[in-house]
Amino acid sequence: MADLDPVVTLDGVSVTYGRSPALRGVTTAFASGAVGLLGPNGAGKSTMIKSLLGFIVPDQGRMRVLGLDVAVSPLEIRARVGYMPESDAHIPGMNAVSFVAYCGELAGLPREDAMQRAHEVLFYVGLGEARYRNVETYSAGMKQRIKLAQALVHDPDLLFLDEPTNGMDPKGRDEMLELVRDLAYNKGVNLILSSHLLPDVEYTCDHVVVMDKGRLAIEGPIAALKQPRGKVYELRVKAPGGSPTIDAFVARLRVAGLECRATDEDVMRVFVPGEGGARELFALAAAERVQVRHLRPSVPTLEDVFARAVGEE
Amino acid sequence: MPIHDQGYRHYGGDRASHGRSWEVIAKTGIRTFVGKRAFIGLLLVAWFPFFVRAVQIYAAANLPRAAFLAPTPEMFRQFLEQQEIFLFFVTVYVGAGLVANDRRANALQIYLSKPLTRTEYVFGKLAILMTFLLLVTWVPAVVLLLVQIMFAGNFIFFRTNIHLFPAITLFSFIQVLTVSSAMLALSSLSRSSRWVGVLYAALTFFTQAIYGVLYEVTRDSRWSWISVPSDLSQVGDFIFRLPLRYRTPVPVSFLAIAAIVVVSGLILERRVRGVEVVA
Repeated sequence: MADLDPVVTLDGVSVTYGRSPALRGVTTAFASGAVGLLGPNGAGKSTMIKSLLGFIVPDQGRMRVLGLDVAVSPLEIRARVGYMPESDAHIPGMNAVSFVAYCGELAGLPREDAMQRAHEVLFYVGLGEARYRNVETYSAGMKQRIKLAQALVHDPDLLFLDEPTNGMDPKGRDEMLELVRDLAYNKGVNLILSSHLLPDVEYTCDHVVVMDKGRLAIEGPIAALKQPRGKVYELRVKAPGGSPTIDAFVARLRVAGLECRATDEDVMRVFVPGEGGARELFALAAAERVQVRHLRPSVPTLEDVFARAVGEE
Repeated sequence: MPIHDQGYRHYGGDRASHGRSWEVIAKTGIRTFVGKRAFIGLLLVAWFPFFVRAVQIYAAANLPRAAFLAPTPEMFRQFLEQQEIFLFFVTVYVGAGLVANDRRANALQIYLSKPLTRTEYVFGKLAILMTFLLLVTWVPAVVLLLVQIMFAGNFIFFRTNIHLFPAITLFSFIQVLTVSSAMLALSSLSRSSRWVGVLYAALTFFTQAIYGVLYEVTRDSRWSWISVPSDLSQVGDFIFRLPLRYRTPVPVSFLAIAAIVVVSGLILERRVRGVEVVA
């Protein structure tokens, strides 16, 4: 998928927790730039990141990060990557600037440089005014920002961001996504953004790797994956027979080779392959005695790509 | 230009080679505790017996009527025994939260995402505790030896008891290493530092109580290997060339101490991880 040298490659990587497989022979590559790691909960996204950091040793397979073998050079890799964990994490009993500077020192920066970088990075993530407050008094959104700051302090070549907008209010979320976008496109930091939130990935990344049940579902540039291979319609129907009739209609659509999935807004998104169009939909609805109340042409979204990849209905 | 654009730039300075992060952990930890008034108070109290002994040595050297207070090798052993109470309090104060607090705050994944190994993390934490414990055991005992030389104005006592300095050093390090590794292992078992303090007190007093019961029943002090404090006492007496207070063979006490250190290491190897897997 990569159009440039990949920053991360996985080759047949399998990870098992007890008897539960978390990754099943995953082979993929992450291009440089911003890559989204998408998947529903339990898809294996966090396991993949933790394996790349060397926290988990895979049962089989090889991984390379920035050209270095994870099994051979974990410390060299960790010196060049930053990790923003999914869960709340901080060093207890420290204020923000001490915490971030400490992380810089742990990453190998001299004390004075680490302190200077800590101030800079805290201003960058929007915590400049709160940098002398104890991290334990921070709100959920501030804790997300401080996690980003500690991941950035040593100026990594690659950032692993695990659900960076978790627990943030809409404004904070937008600001976090702006930061991520700025890092990727203006500051030249490669990043892998793990999320189950499609809009976050679509806004910040240009490539995507979709995981499902520990397997690679689909990967590629988002723009290419969204290329229409047919037509997409938003459809709302009403049936005198109620739900069984609608189920029969959906089954008939599938038999006819049309994919469809429900959305949150009580409308179906129907994918009509090839040259078929609205006329075909009307014909199928008429055959099942279903009334078409709303039909509107649409464009493919990352959500459609994701739903197809993980087999959502 | 957004304000945040002014804040981030690439770093072009030096980076330390790997393998030194434990020093960063140790220095930061030591600085943190030194900044606490209560802890400084505890350290000052822990040095009170040193001043008492220093006065004793001064009096013995300068007042003929106080010659009976003249220092002996036993005095140094007794001094280290007196310090055991402070050893206990400093261990609980400093050690209980060393790993437990990191586990509570999910800090292990922060630490281990940096270029340091789990061994470096443990060494760094161990160094914090050992530094303060040596500060209330080895350092005052050695300074006391220097005080004796200073007040006596000669090296006669030092030369006559040339084994004292190595004995103080060896015993202090064995004692501190045993206590530190046990506390660190206990600290890795819980997310609550209070609970770790209780566990450590239980390890210390419960093993002593079991030995006490067995001794009352059998009237045989060979069971002393069960008690951690007794093992250390037995080893201390042996190192200071003093009569042994228990019938337990010294190698058995040494083995018991070694077992504590090894088991602690195994616990730490299992508990200090970047990810907690509940299968």
